[in-house]
Amino acid sequence: MPGAYLPVLIYAALVVAFPVVTLIFAKLIRPASTSYGAKLKPYECGVAPESHSRGRYSVRFYIIAMLFVVFDVETMFLIPWAILYRSWVVAHMGLFALISMFVFLGILLVGYVWLYKKGALEWA
Amino acid sequence: MQAVTQVTTEFVKQYWAPLLCGFAIVAILPLIVGYVVLVERKIMADMQARLGPMRVGPHGLLQPIADAVKLLIKEDIIPEDADKLVFWLAPVLSVGAALLAMAGLAIGPAFQIAKDINIGILFVVGVSALGIFGIVLGGWASNSHYSLIGALRSSAQLVSYETAAGMALVSGLLFAGTLNVTSIVQAQYDQGIWFGLLAPVAFFTYLVASIAETNRAPFDLPEAESELVAGYMTEFSGFRWSLYFLAEYTNMIVVASVATTLFLGGWLRPFPRTHWLDFLDFLPMVLMTGIGIYGLLRVPKQPARVQQLFMLAVAGMCFAAAFVLAAPVLIPFFKSSLIAAVKPYHDGILGGFWFIFKVSLYIYFFMWLRFTLPRYRFDQLMRLGWHFLIPLSIINVLVIGVAMILGSHFHLEGWQLLLTTIPASVLALIIALFILNAEQKSEPQRASGDASDTYA
Repeated sequence: MPGAYLPVLIYAALVVAFPVVTLIFAKLIRPASTSYGAKLKPYECGVAPESHSRGRYSVRFYIIAMLFVVFDVETMFLIPWAILYRSWVVAHMGLFALISMFVFLGILLVGYVWLYKKGALEWA
Repeated sequence: MQAVTQVTTEFVKQYWAPLLCGFAIVAILPLIVGYVVLVERKIMADMQARLGPMRVGPHGLLQPIADAVKLLIKEDIIPEDADKLVFWLAPVLSVGAALLAMAGLAIGPAFQIAKDINIGILFVVGVSALGIFGIVLGGWASNSHYSLIGALRSSAQLVSYETAAGMALVSGLLFAGTLNVTSIVQAQYDQGIWFGLLAPVAFFTYLVASIAETNRAPFDLPEAESELVAGYMTEFSGFRWSLYFLAEYTNMIVVASVATTLFLGGWLRPFPRTHWLDFLDFLPMVLMTGIGIYGLLRVPKQPARVQQLFMLAVAGMCFAAAFVLAAPVLIPFFKSSLIAAVKPYHDGILGGFWFIFKVSLYIYFFMWLRFTLPRYRFDQLMRLGWHFLIPLSIINVLVIGVAMILGSHFHLEGWQLLLTTIPASVLALIIALFILNAEQKSEPQRASGDASDTYA
């Protein structure tokens, strides 16, 4: 089975080589850049930038990122269950599998409702 | 020395097919992306009653090549305050992740790089999600407000819709029972029905989530031209910019391929087990011949001699493609002893055609939406994701689970399973409408409150 990943590894090297080689190739054939002054400043529609851009930004992005971790991990837990579910149903053990997943998702839904009430999912 | 040669020949003997596929993808995909852009511009022009690109080559057919040459020799500007290394690395990361995701996909039964990895779909989803690092790092490195906001929006949008898309995939995987791409398509052949028909709500959720994940209109907030110039790509120019562009369109092809594999029957033709529909095998050949004949008819109408010759070449290529598509179907007619010998080519070539056909339809739908719908506001986008799509997809997983148990209880198979899955989907939709209704009721109270946040 690990042998199946060998072509993927070689392909990965190829994939990284493609943009690098084209970037170097482009550097060789294009005229050298002669830009100076305002052209090298960040583009702000013609106005000189007032502040450094790596400042503070809205806390909501952090909240979304944390919520994502919870929900995505839960999706990852669902995938093995989904793979096995069909065979469990065929073996007439589907109800057990479904109820256990109901409990799992139920706990998550309680958390979801709590987030909803707290307004963590609101943006504006 | 001899040992080395022996190992090399062994290696090549064993892996020549996936390696060839890999080289083909890296060599051809940029060209395909160029032509997808041309097709998009042509469709946009058609929907807006214009002609679109017409100057470079007949009907603008050489436009992508002209664009590529232009981008290669354009001046490359790196802003003074940018982080040089990250600025250099970010587009490479973005395009690398998008192209690497193609490794797990199978374009027809023969054309696949990672032949029997058992995590197929999971590999594709995981690797393509790495592309967000390229976007965030690029936006951060260029040290511009527009870039940073674009990058932040892009990451927030991607993580919000990743969950909904993952849940939709879970609904499809419930029917497949495997992650391996080949086995998923085989499962759809065995059950005789596409999983998109068994789980329409999941397919719809995946459709919406995949548009949001690839940052396409109406969810193209990260690069909203009217507010953020070009979002995370604002400071990128020349070939770096085109790498981002390549990554975006490759991601489109990747999500379309995932949807095709899981929901639209992969490389199977419609109704693969209904034998009176076998004449559909001739459709690819007829289609390509038709396009070739149309090209031939257009030859005298071209203004210049070069363009006439080029149009003739295009028609010839269409006829060649029609010949290749026809060969595995027609040979058994003339020599019935060759049926068994031709079978793998039959599946490989026609399967490739059907796969690309379905992916094209999916991408056409993306374009259609882009030219039809106005852009969302960012809070609307987040609300659609968190308040509607995520609960809908979670409920959908549960109702499909119930539907499968009921189906097994009444011994329903294939198309008969629709008897339980359709009521389940209707139930999920009713709950979704209920959620939407509750949302709309709570809307006015919120709107009268604080002013909206401008830094988002």
